[in-house]
This record gives sequence, C-alpha cells and structure tokens, in this order.
Amino acid sequence: MQQPNTQSTSELILRETASQTAGPYVHIGLAPSVAGLPARDEEIWNRMAGPEAEGEPIEVVGTVIDGNGDLVRDALIEAWQADAKGVYQPFFDLRNAFNSFGRTATTFEGSSEWSLQTIKPGPVAHASGQPMAPHINLSIFARGVNVHLQTRLYFDDETDANAHCPVLSRIESPTRRQTLIASREAGDGDRVRYRFDIRLQGDGETVFFDF
Amino acid sequence: MHDEKTRFVERDRNWHPPAYAPGYKTSVARSPQQSLVSMQSPSVSEIGGPDFSGLRMGRYDNDLLLNFTQGQALPVGERIIMFGRVIDQFGKPVPNTLVEMWQANAGGRYRHRNDNYLAPLDPNFGGVGRTLTDEQGWYRFRTIKPGPYPWPNDPNSWRPAHIHVSVMGPSISTRLITQMYFEGDPLIPRCPIVNTVNDPDAVETMIGRLDMAHSKPMDCLAYRFDLVVRGRLQTYFENQ
Repeated sequence: MQQPNTQSTSELILRETASQTAGPYVHIGLAPSVAGLPARDEEIWNRMAGPEAEGEPIEVVGTVIDGNGDLVRDALIEAWQADAKGVYQPFFDLRNAFNSFGRTATTFEGSSEWSLQTIKPGPVAHASGQPMAPHINLSIFARGVNVHLQTRLYFDDETDANAHCPVLSRIESPTRRQTLIASREAGDGDRVRYRFDIRLQGDGETVFFDF
Repeated sequence: MHDEKTRFVERDRNWHPPAYAPGYKTSVARSPQQSLVSMQSPSVSEIGGPDFSGLRMGRYDNDLLLNFTQGQALPVGERIIMFGRVIDQFGKPVPNTLVEMWQANAGGRYRHRNDNYLAPLDPNFGGVGRTLTDEQGWYRFRTIKPGPYPWPNDPNSWRPAHIHVSVMGPSISTRLITQMYFEGDPLIPRCPIVNTVNDPDAVETMIGRLDMAHSKPMDCLAYRFDLVVRGRLQTYFENQ
C-alpha cells in the first residue's frame, strides 16, 4: 500500500514529505557520541580539513541564541563549503584532506559553542557569473525548529568581496546583512578563528534563506 | 556535475509546518520573526550536496536489533522492518543517498544523556541506524517499534510512537528531517508536534503503513515509509 503522497496529485507532481523538528535527541542519530552512544566505524563530524588540506586553516565557532537571549544547547548544524580554490568537493571520504560537508553541535554545558575545523573557502561563481564572496552554508536543526533554517557565514576580513557579493546584496537592510558576517579573532596556535553567533529570533536575528 | 541550469521545485512553505507554531511551545522562542530571504537564482552553493557513497558503514548499521550489542543479544519490543523508497517529486528514485534514523526503545526511553524518563534503558538497544539507498532508491532498517512517551508541553502531552528520519537527497536543497508515525496510532492527532503541520494531507506523508506482504511470518511486521524529496528541474532555455 502506498502513502497518499506517492500518488499523483492535481498538481501533477508529488508533494514533498513534510518536515518535523529534529527534536532534543537529534544527537543519537546524527552525532551519536554527543548523545553518549559509541561512535561507529566512520562518523560525519566537524573536522572538515586535516593538516594536509590546501588553504588557510581556520576554526569557526559560535553559539545559537533564542528569542529570549538564551543559549540553544541542543542545536545541530550542518556545514557545506567550497575548498580553498572555490570548488565544492561533494565526494565525502574521511581519508580526504578536505571534505565540503561537516556537522557540529552546540554543547549541553558551558559556553555551548559549536565549532568547525576547516579551511577558508575560496570564492564561488554565482549563477550570474559574478563571484560570490567566500562563505560557508549552514543548516540549523533543533528542538522547536520545525523546518531547518538555512543561512550563510561570510568573513569580516573580506570587505571588498562582501561588498560585491550578489547574494549579500540581495539583503536590503545593511543591518541585517551584518548578521551574516563572522568576526576574526586570535585563535589557538596557527589556526585563525572566526566567531559566528546565530540568533534565531528578535534583536540581531540572523538572516535565513529560502532556496 | 551540477550545471547551473539545474534547480529544484520550490519548497512549499505552507505544506511544511510554520516556524512559529505556538501549540508546540518550544517553537515560540526559536522561530525567526523576519521573512526568509529568497535566493532568486540558486548557485552551485545551493544546487550541490554531499555524496556519501564512500562512507564506510558498519555491518549492522541498518539493523537496530543487532547493532548495539553487535549481534550478541536482542532488544525487547515488537520486531519490525521499516522500509521504503526515496523518490523525488517526479517519482524518480534517489539512489545512493544517506538515510539516517533514531528512536526511543520499546518503553519510550531514548539512549541519550538528557533523557531521564521513568522507563528503563534496554541494555540491548541503542536506537540509531543509517544506510544508503540502492540504485532504485530503496532503503531498509530492522528495528523494534518504539514506545510512546510523555513530554512537557501541555499538562499531559504524549508523543505517538515515532522514528526520526533524516534524508540528504542529491543537494543541500533537498535536505529533510521528518518523523515516521505508525498507521492507526490514536496519539497522532493529539500530538502538538504532528499538529504543527496544518494540512491533513501533509500529515499523511509522515505515516508509515503496515505492509503485511513485506512482513516475515513468525518473525516481524513491516512498515512502509516512502520519502519524497524536492524534484530536480532542468531548464533548457536560458534568458535571451
């Protein structure tokens, strides 16, 4: 017996399966060791680039903050970015020096920061042919989030590229545009660190995209 | 691989649950108030996505009856097969895509450090599975039916039995996390999370159907759950 959505609708296409929150126990499925489960042979996690990866090694950290200003301690984030040359590397393999995809989560205790160990991405061409400023695509999943939120992280030391990015330019409000810019900090060792706090609601609410 | 002419059928935001759904209290402070900013023409950043066909899976990764003890002992609960197809909105199978799932045990307790529900952990059950779809988009897990459990929303809210399901699809644009409910469960229409979805037809897309033909006599029942992800459109005419 088939589900109703696998039969043709009047719109001649099938309807997408509806989204539901990932819930508070998302870690069991997508980050087992965070939940307290044993890691499997291979896990998808936050070390997107190893020491052999081409490009500038960076760490990206941040928190997720709700409309009350409180830390969201049960968020899971997925990252998708180009390599240092601005090329996506879709074939995921833990033996690669660099993978375009990674996952991270906010922590249950302490500062509740998520983090990614990666390299700074290169610029990628927009459909229009114009270069987009270097960016990392982020998807946010959490209890209370019914459909995952999609945003982009840009870098504050790319002033010129950011000013000409066709996607950043689509955001009318300069104040809101600023919510997508990560700020550079001194990091640990030779790794530069960027901070990117995600505000789900209210003052300084992060820009989320539909695409 | 993904050329610039690819795009996906627009996601219908009225079909999916809204961000702000006050019946589900946690959504109130976690829902953006500003409008989503639409990308008018998606770029390679949105069109591409990870390919996990090189991810090395463990022998029992899709078998929750065996994976926590690596085949040493069986969990308590109704043995079931959960299976189905990942297809796109045009009915095309989505091959080699990552399907991940997680669930509570038969008593409704999750093996998670933050779950302290009264029901005990099952020493033989972890509650996590993953697999890749085959060339025709089929996936399959073997598990036990999870139990319902109470949660703090209304004074007496209960989650219907459900399995969380995560599917990647061919692009980050097709990314989807949902929950599979079990056909006929009286807790479904009472659930504040189910009820974040406004369209009753959309709720139907989240219900796994008992499939006696795929059950195994004297062994386990089967539930079929097809996942439909956004369809890929090819545009053949460029703007002149």
